[in-house]
Amino acid sequence: MTIAEKILARASGRKRVSSGDIVEGSIDVAMTHDIEGPMVVEGLRELGTKKVWDPNKIVVVFDHQVPANSIDAALNHIMLREFAIKQKIPDFYDLFEGICHAVLPEKGFALPGRLIVGTDSHTTTYGAFGCFATGIGSTDMVAVFTRGELWFRVPESVRMTIEGRLPKRVMSKDLILKIIGEVGADGETYRSVEFVGAGMRNIDMAGRMTMCNMGVEMGAKAAIVPSDGLTTRYLKGRARGSYKPVYADRDAAYVEERSFDVKKLEPQVARPYSVDNVGPVSEVEGIEIDQAFLGSCTNGRFEDLVEAAKIVNGRQISKRVRMLVVPASREVYLKALDRGILAIFAKAGALVEAPSCAACMGGHVGILAPGEVCISASNRNFRGRMGSPKGKIYLASPTTVAASALKGKITDPRDL
Amino acid sequence: MARAWVFGDNVDTDQIIAGRYLVKLDPRELAKHVMEAADPKFASKVRKGDVIIAGRNFGCGSSRERAPLALKTAGISAIVAESFARIFYRNAINRGLPVLTCAGVRRRFKTGDKVRVDMLGGKVHNLSTSGTFKVEPLPDFILTILRAGGLLPYLKRSVGKASR
Repeated sequence: MTIAEKILARASGRKRVSSGDIVEGSIDVAMTHDIEGPMVVEGLRELGTKKVWDPNKIVVVFDHQVPANSIDAALNHIMLREFAIKQKIPDFYDLFEGICHAVLPEKGFALPGRLIVGTDSHTTTYGAFGCFATGIGSTDMVAVFTRGELWFRVPESVRMTIEGRLPKRVMSKDLILKIIGEVGADGETYRSVEFVGAGMRNIDMAGRMTMCNMGVEMGAKAAIVPSDGLTTRYLKGRARGSYKPVYADRDAAYVEERSFDVKKLEPQVARPYSVDNVGPVSEVEGIEIDQAFLGSCTNGRFEDLVEAAKIVNGRQISKRVRMLVVPASREVYLKALDRGILAIFAKAGALVEAPSCAACMGGHVGILAPGEVCISASNRNFRGRMGSPKGKIYLASPTTVAASALKGKITDPRDL
Repeated sequence: MARAWVFGDNVDTDQIIAGRYLVKLDPRELAKHVMEAADPKFASKVRKGDVIIAGRNFGCGSSRERAPLALKTAGISAIVAESFARIFYRNAINRGLPVLTCAGVRRRFKTGDKVRVDMLGGKVHNLSTSGTFKVEPLPDFILTILRAGGLLPYLKRSVGKASR
């Protein structure tokens, strides 16, 4: 069996499952946030659920519209906050903790072998820890909060073998953009993608999370990195409970195999308006930008800020650019503050904001006017994603975002 | 008579309902802005019963359930596409909005064509061109959820039955 099959077999109490089977899986962790959470609360009311199945397996995080930027947002917060308190959910993170996909790993919920669902498509992020994690809607979450179970169609699995070591200033974001460009925005729809190979051992947990996070941008239901020493080291002192790593069998069935050698990988950029519209940075170099966004559940981690800070350090951001730096969580914020990383950005002229989804949400801060261009370390460049449908988003790595912010135009980070 | 609204590939959830509207819980408020980025006139012109015809990967992106909710509230009675993104597909069924897969359907319709969807018969008809096209059959349990009007009405009914 593949990793996905093994986890779904265990969660549904079966010896084995294969792709195409419909199984009822017991959920280990269920996450919701301030956007879908209020819809879940409404649904629970409609269904007549008075008590959730297990408050200890639920995590509630406020991250999209924090602090509230409108009366509606503030009211939604009250609704979800009252729910979390009334249901005695111990892991309720109000608006100061950060983005759900940074917070759950930090708090030790993303563990090898677990079955995790969240009302957010980027829930695939947790697969970086060797678990099966996927996004669901609010109605499915109503079923989970009520019964602790959900039906799944066991996905086909795909194996992507990564070889080599990323060149200087090229990041795992460039690799995942390259992969999405190759397979397409629906290339792996409904499948579970396993990232394996010697090359993955050279990519740290932050980098792995970036890759699994964007698995959904090629349609994947889950994106999984088998756990190893790096996983264990990250989880030490964090893990909520014991865990047992899950690995694919030698004879596991994959519907597709691909391999990527990253030795000579160039920085990649996804042009508007789809994430698979990818090319090397040289194809878009020189395009003038109005905004540069460094943050989000994709690239707002400490390691991302450090790589970008190495480029920004001692320099000034272009006068024509507003650069937003938004650490993904309070933990990241504090660490970056202590190490002087935030000061590097602030001195260079960037706006350093409190942890949130920020510009990636398109309804809070960093909204684009018609015709404006943003280079962003986030995950989606859809029409209207960051405000005006006539705004343009180019997706890139933290180093490319930093280099572009300095020059005022899309810039190859290897040139600085 | 239901009319077709034809869209291309990769109609994402930000086009269906943009992030800045997600603060709204009232479905009627959402319906005012549905498909705004794809066609700013859609929300004011769509009529009850109309059908969306689309290319590949309809609904890609976010898990926001307000996407199918906004479409359904605006009056859309079914979506027939060449393929769907996974979360949207599931959310649409959970909200009682029929989602049907039909190879090559996008080229068989143009916006404004009269359309009839026969979910049980597994067909979509273009009454303007007299074309009939086969859709992939839906499994029985999905049809049951759709007939109930969505997952919550279905669960409420089955809980009711169990307690009687």
